[in-house]
Amino acid sequence: MKLHDLAHGRTGDKGDTSNISVIAYHAEDFDRLLKEVTAERVATQLNQPASAVTRYVLPQLCAMNFVIKGALKGGVTRSLALDAHGKCLSSILLAMPLTGSDT
Amino acid sequence: MTPFRIGCGAGFQGDRIEPAADLANRGELDVLVFECLAERTIALAQQARMKDPEAGYDPLLERRLRATLPGCARHGTKIITNMGAANPWAGAAKARAILAELGLSLKVAVVTGDDVSGSIADYSLDETGETAQALGPRLVSANAYIGVSGIVEALAQGADIVICGRVSDPALFLAPLVHHFGWALDDYEKLGRGTLIGHLLECSAQITGGYFADPGVKDVPNLAHIGFPLAEVTADGNAIITKLDDTGGMVTPATCTEQLLYEIHDPARYIQPDVVADFSGVTFTPVGPDRVAIGGATGHPPTGKLKVSVAYRDGWQGEGQISYAGVNARQRAELARSILEQRLTDPKIEDCLGQLKGSDDDMRLRYAARCADAATAQMIGEEVEGLYLCGPAAGGGVTKSVREIVAIASTLIPSDSVLVSAEILGETHEAA
Repeated sequence: MKLHDLAHGRTGDKGDTSNISVIAYHAEDFDRLLKEVTAERVATQLNQPASAVTRYVLPQLCAMNFVIKGALKGGVTRSLALDAHGKCLSSILLAMPLTGSDT
Repeated sequence: MTPFRIGCGAGFQGDRIEPAADLANRGELDVLVFECLAERTIALAQQARMKDPEAGYDPLLERRLRATLPGCARHGTKIITNMGAANPWAGAAKARAILAELGLSLKVAVVTGDDVSGSIADYSLDETGETAQALGPRLVSANAYIGVSGIVEALAQGADIVICGRVSDPALFLAPLVHHFGWALDDYEKLGRGTLIGHLLECSAQITGGYFADPGVKDVPNLAHIGFPLAEVTADGNAIITKLDDTGGMVTPATCTEQLLYEIHDPARYIQPDVVADFSGVTFTPVGPDRVAIGGATGHPPTGKLKVSVAYRDGWQGEGQISYAGVNARQRAELARSILEQRLTDPKIEDCLGQLKGSDDDMRLRYAARCADAATAQMIGEEVEGLYLCGPAAGGGVTKSVREIVAIASTLIPSDSVLVSAEILGETHEAA
């Protein structure tokens, strides 16, 4: 099972900082996502140092917001990447495998 | 009391025009906002103004106004926009010329004060640690994200169209709410609620199902004819987000939640010029088809500082691409990349990236580099092109490009050091 099966999300960027929302489709899955989708695991999935990632939680919306500093290799104006805004990062994050029980 | 109807007619410089015209014609709006300035857009506009003193406002200003003015004039809809970019005066003059041509007598106002390029020399930039002065002639522009004061003043003077440069995006929407409802500028709960409305609307279709569809998982109806959003706002600052009937897309708690967190860091501290908005308790409640009630936002006093975006020239980017297809394509593309790495060793190449995109039998090699000068950046594409005769077998479809890099850094300046003013063309007024 992938994160994509239980949640959706969107990437935004400000300067060299990216943020990615992760929103549960169903409220009953949110506790599991809170346990599994930690700042550390998000950092690993995106090849970023753990110290770069901060997680904020909005329980009433079953949503988390991950803020990743230095994610864009200098930001949209200096990055050599094709997707300089890092718009694809949310889809890369949603490919993350979920390891816990499916039940 | 009838709700105040405010719509979004653009969420970035290249946004679609047709849905804005639809909102102007059928939305029966009080205000239509066009938000067209991304972080770097104003710097590019400033470069255009340096080449031509009459340029520097949004190149699509004329098309957007021509598409929406007839509908706005019919319904008494006011227009607020940051399409003035680096030259709001010239943008306003163009707006007046279009009005005259259409036979409309509407008042056009200009809001200025955001250009702080003359007063930031001693401030150090967050990204570089150096002062703005150290950039010397590389400095292109410096604009503060100003708040609602200039727009509120313009509306108080009877403006029908307000042309701004850099303004905090949500403030473009908050300002007409402050003006219409008479909210006090220290009523931070209302300012927080109005900021939420602005934040949700400012990216146009991103809340009506744009930037959302994921086929088979998150399907969006009739995305081809997606409608732009509007909010029906009540005096307490709460609102219903919706879109016009007979448009594509959808407004649901899911689209609202994605947009709520778009380009937000700490949801409890969304720092704005007039308020630190707190979105941590926001709720979205469906109240009808494509109708979502928003609530739970609040706010706290502002920080007393304004963010300034500083744009500066930061070298040149050169790029070239070439394709290899058919049998052994990946190996030929890898050989081509290796050849480029051996040929492109000039010390003026500061950073480079060679990427292989595609499948094993259809590869696209892209080689990009940041360089100290234009001539070196030119070499990147030339060496990719040179692979035709001096590279692996059967390369094709070369493209190449060179562009100057305009980088963005930021700093904070005291809010009270920025003098915002609003002027209706032909009259002079100053904001409080």
